[in-house]
Amino acid sequence: MKNFGFSVKQTRVIDVDTFDDSLLKYVLANESSFMCCMYCGSCTATCSTGNLIDFNVRKINLFLRRGQYDMLANEIDKCMFCGKCTLVCPRDINLRNTIMLIKKGIVEHKNGKK
Amino acid sequence: MAPSFTYPFTIGVIILFGVLIYKAVKWYAGFTKYDKIRIRKGFFTRKTLKSIKESFNDGLLHVSIFRRNPMLGYMHMSLAFGWFLLIIVGHLESVITMGTFRFPFYYAVFLRYFNPLSVHPFSSEIFKHVMDFLLLFVLSGVSLAYFKRINKRLFGMKRTTKLKVPDKMALTSLWFIFPLRLFAESISAGIKHNGGFLTQPLGDFLVSILNVYTWEYPVWFAYSLSLGVFFVFLTSSRYAHIPTEILYIFLRNYGIKLKKKYNTYTNVQVYSCSRCGMCLDICQLNDANIHTQSVYLIKRIRNHNLTDDVLFNCLLCGKCQQACPVHIDINDLRITQRIESTRQYNSSYDYLEEMEAISSKVVYFAGCMSHLTPGIVQAMKKIFAHSGTSYWFMDEDKAPCCGRPLMQAGQYDAAMKLIETNRKAIYDSGATQLITSCPICYKVFKEDYHLKNIQVLHHTQFILKLIEKGKIPAMPTGNSFVYHDPCDLGRGSNIYEQPREILRKYGTLIPIRKEKENALCCGGSLANIKIDMTERDAIKKHALDMYFGYKPDMLVTACPLCKKTFTRNNIYPIFDIAEIVAATITQSACRKVCEVAEVENML
Repeated sequence: MKNFGFSVKQTRVIDVDTFDDSLLKYVLANESSFMCCMYCGSCTATCSTGNLIDFNVRKINLFLRRGQYDMLANEIDKCMFCGKCTLVCPRDINLRNTIMLIKKGIVEHKNGKK
Repeated sequence: MAPSFTYPFTIGVIILFGVLIYKAVKWYAGFTKYDKIRIRKGFFTRKTLKSIKESFNDGLLHVSIFRRNPMLGYMHMSLAFGWFLLIIVGHLESVITMGTFRFPFYYAVFLRYFNPLSVHPFSSEIFKHVMDFLLLFVLSGVSLAYFKRINKRLFGMKRTTKLKVPDKMALTSLWFIFPLRLFAESISAGIKHNGGFLTQPLGDFLVSILNVYTWEYPVWFAYSLSLGVFFVFLTSSRYAHIPTEILYIFLRNYGIKLKKKYNTYTNVQVYSCSRCGMCLDICQLNDANIHTQSVYLIKRIRNHNLTDDVLFNCLLCGKCQQACPVHIDINDLRITQRIESTRQYNSSYDYLEEMEAISSKVVYFAGCMSHLTPGIVQAMKKIFAHSGTSYWFMDEDKAPCCGRPLMQAGQYDAAMKLIETNRKAIYDSGATQLITSCPICYKVFKEDYHLKNIQVLHHTQFILKLIEKGKIPAMPTGNSFVYHDPCDLGRGSNIYEQPREILRKYGTLIPIRKEKENALCCGGSLANIKIDMTERDAIKKHALDMYFGYKPDMLVTACPLCKKTFTRNNIYPIFDIAEIVAATITQSACRKVCEVAEVENML
């Protein structure tokens, strides 16, 4: 990386050369409505899990788009699948399917299928 | 030495029994130790008699199909029961005609060809008419089957399943068996004068137009061939249901269950499916043009090509299970497949902490969905306050989900973690009653929480009890209601009467065509993971059109998710039962206040 004379925190770097968007493509191919997310936060506001602990549905979207799969795997495991987010979404995104797809995608990604 | 035309039949029978014995041994070996004990212990009990009776009713007479459509029922009965009688009576005839049991097994099938000298001429005379009558009976069914292929709507069916190659082979041979039998027996009757009221006149006619001596052998061969082909393809086609269904009835009565795993019993159920298509027309996914009905699921399990899109695209409303003439436990089968498919990614929920329970005799768990319809929660609070019930509102602020949405998605192990946490909190509170507003929660509390000494009540049951005790006033509102049965409360938990009893106290309840066991689903079911909102809306619209066709003042339901789904994007008046009850409480309270004010004014 080119030295610009200031330090960059490694955790904040997305290396475009090694960027892996296979999971994102897999999710979008199977649940295209996820593309419509406008980050309004309705899902996060209503979330039963978010009510119990620090959990943010939009964060999942962000991790997925950044290709940060380790953090994504950690985060997505918290979801209790109650379906409130899907019901309140103003863009009618099928979030439950998205979350199932991500969970499945992560396992397959680890197993090297994707 | 057997005549060569019997070979196709003999070979067919040998292959059929070979495959059947192989499958039976393989399946029996696949059962767990406990299931094997269940089968062995159940064998010498009344369950066996019950199974025989059910096999007779469902396997031969097809009573369940009769109830749905008499013509379709008759078609199945004449084929199954008629053929069964042909075999039994045919063998009886052979035994009596020859006065011995010692004849080759194919002899009875081709008796008219062999035409043995009868030792009881009188009974043979009767038998040939009886056999002709039975053949006519079966032929009537076969002609209905031809007819059904041309116009299935006459049989009350809009859609049937597509056939695969083995199905086509088996079906075609099945269609040929009985006409060929008629033809062959008539020809023999023409030559040997051994026919009954049907075959003899036909035989005499054939003698006048054909050279029957050259035709006899080939026609009997064709008959034998069609039988042989049918037997060979039986096990690999949908007709495998004929032997498997009987086995399934016995196993079901012995108390074998799936137990959340893909096992031998899955195979037994899958092979029991006759692909009759009863589950097709009844399915509401048709409204949204989705074709993932149970028959396709079962077909795909059998062919090992099940995809997530088929598996997870189902509302689990249970209507197909109600309609299935084989009584396959379809919802359980589907959930089990979901468990198998998602086994690799169950969450651990390590973050769950013990909840601080507040000690109370009554615990109220509104459920996630009720929090999205705050009117229901407010109504319940009012009802609790008015009836003077002290309670702990378990999920008022925060609580884990009940676990059923996870279960429906197949994440059984993950759901158990949530269940453990909730169960501990419920026990800690020292409750004797657990009340919930959500049928989804109700079902899981009832079935999977195994709460000892705690009565689980849906709020409709609780409210009815309060009304009966006189703790809340039941006053007629003059409104007319149509009641929508939530799937998990009605078909899922058999609660049909309590909500209706409450509504009758508050107004007139309009009886509708599709209610109770046949009630529609709202389309919002959490069990369907793949369906999108427009498709849900299509299902919802059909249901609402049906309900408001009866012109009620309001549509009443007992499920927050049904209410949430129905109220989306429309102006119809839709309420939960608790809201109806709570509204009258306010009115009665108001009236009291008004009366007091009036009295005060007068003074």
